[in-house]
Amino acid sequence: MIAADRPMLRPSDAKLLYIDQCARLVHLPRSAFSGLLRRGDLVIANDAATLPASLQGTHWPSEAPVEVRLAGRPTLDLGAVAEFAAIVFGAGDFRTRTEDRPRPPALAPGDELAFGPLRAVVRRLLDHPRFIAIQFRGSPDAIWAGLARHGKPIQYSHLASELALWDVWTSNAALPVAFEPPSAGFLFSWQMLADIRAHGAAFATLTHAAGISSTGDPELDQRLPFDEPYYIPRATAAAVAIARRHGDRVIAIGTTVVRALEHAAMRDGSDAGVRSGFGLATQRIDSRSELAVSDAVLSGTHEPGTSHYELLRAFADDDTLVRANRELNAAAYRTHEYGDSVLIERSKARRREADSQSRHSGGRPPNDESIVEAPGGGGTPTAT
Amino acid sequence: MSELYQHPRVLITGGTSGLGRALVREWRAGGAHVAFVARDEERVLRTSREEPGAVGIVGDVSRKDDIYRIATQALGALGGIDVLVNNASSLGPVPLALLGDTECEDFEVALATNLLGPFRLTKALLGALAASARARTGSVVVNVTSDAAATAYAGWGAYSASKAALLHMSRIWHAELESEHISVLAFDPGDMDTPLHALALPDADRATLLQPATSARRLVDLVDAALPRRRAA
Repeated sequence: MIAADRPMLRPSDAKLLYIDQCARLVHLPRSAFSGLLRRGDLVIANDAATLPASLQGTHWPSEAPVEVRLAGRPTLDLGAVAEFAAIVFGAGDFRTRTEDRPRPPALAPGDELAFGPLRAVVRRLLDHPRFIAIQFRGSPDAIWAGLARHGKPIQYSHLASELALWDVWTSNAALPVAFEPPSAGFLFSWQMLADIRAHGAAFATLTHAAGISSTGDPELDQRLPFDEPYYIPRATAAAVAIARRHGDRVIAIGTTVVRALEHAAMRDGSDAGVRSGFGLATQRIDSRSELAVSDAVLSGTHEPGTSHYELLRAFADDDTLVRANRELNAAAYRTHEYGDSVLIERSKARRREADSQSRHSGGRPPNDESIVEAPGGGGTPTAT
Repeated sequence: MSELYQHPRVLITGGTSGLGRALVREWRAGGAHVAFVARDEERVLRTSREEPGAVGIVGDVSRKDDIYRIATQALGALGGIDVLVNNASSLGPVPLALLGDTECEDFEVALATNLLGPFRLTKALLGALAASARARTGSVVVNVTSDAAATAYAGWGAYSASKAALLHMSRIWHAELESEHISVLAFDPGDMDTPLHALALPDADRATLLQPATSARRLVDLVDAALPRRRAA
């Protein structure tokens, strides 16, 4: 795969590799996504807007320049904007790969940090010299004003130009709580939302504070994804319950949506679906995970070994993902935030496992009649 | 989040004088969660002091770079948005001038403030307005227009043209966003006794002009009628 080096949210030539529940691979233009939907499908996106989470400033005790990247917070509660988890880099900016960025000065609890109009203090180290709990001073309004005026979106060294906030907000961006963009949602235009409804599918959102994708430190990267707070509106939980009751598909746009839905899933054998309200997603999703709610995921293309790729293993077996990866490389799909997409349906085998679990606990019956239809949109099926 | 509020979350541009200032007062008095935008930091601070609880945002809606900062601060502080009022306005040339005498740059300022600003801010907040509409079954954008949007008054060219475009854009937004349950309304507040009016017509008889508070009440009533019944907390 090649790195997408331009921050275009919806390039006209964006591609979609569709992996159906029988592990067939189909190449499509990404604009054909809505053509894959069936009446009753529920499409759920993450409506988190992206914070200007990168703050250039000074570590007062050493007077050294630092960049702090906000990377986590314990809750989406409105007033709780003083405390964050953060990664600290030494001097420099996004033109240097995170792996090559100099280390920050030695940090200690109580150290003062200044970012333009914002002041903060290091509360404690989080078991790593570059990973800290940070606390901003001032009222929530003053902190928001400082972040909005002084912060920038987290930048990427593989991009040719500096990102502005309008490059990282999806069309349906609402609450500014994501640390990096929930980039699977870049595909949505308002026209596509209209098309989704025209296909008889429903659209809903949840808010999930998508965390950072890379820390520049292999040891820290092993800890990704960090805990991520989320919020599921009542209307979305109700839509999930309806889809579950009717045996309709729940299609998650992005790995963050899968993480929130599965964390909020009520695994009580009922058809209830997910709890609405606030939550903190702490779990990892991988090949051993049983998906309770998500029938498909639309995601960027991810390299094996990343936490995003691990999550895809809950949907499809390794053979399928290896074949898919080969296809992505052969067809020159673009990777990273502004790259192409994959749509993966939960494989029939996985679905049977989940249904069998569900049956044992009195859950919904298996849904085996959902044989994949020939996708529209002019795609060429790949011989597999 | 949005479901936890009984009162609407409102963002008003041009919130430190005239109609905008009156709207801040009117909505605050009704218990709404209010954020307002204006260019001058001193005036923003003063209005914040006078209206405790209202969130003051320093920004210039005519500048593209300011739009997402304003959106970030407003959405962060209010936790979402149910009502956006695009009220900030520019006359273009001051004193008013015939079109033939209007500098291109003055015309551009009128378009940037009265048309591009509302377009960009609405676009930046559209996801939040749609989220509010899904959770609470409706949200509202009000674009403040003028009778000059419909009537060709000599000497008002830059202002009139920009407000006419704003009026028409409001209709198109409304048609496109109905399916999202977002109402986009154009509101003509009438000739008010405001600093903007004094700039345009310094010799006007102020006794014949509407008080901004009167127009503000009318606008708030219009929004209340357009918003579905609020769900109690």
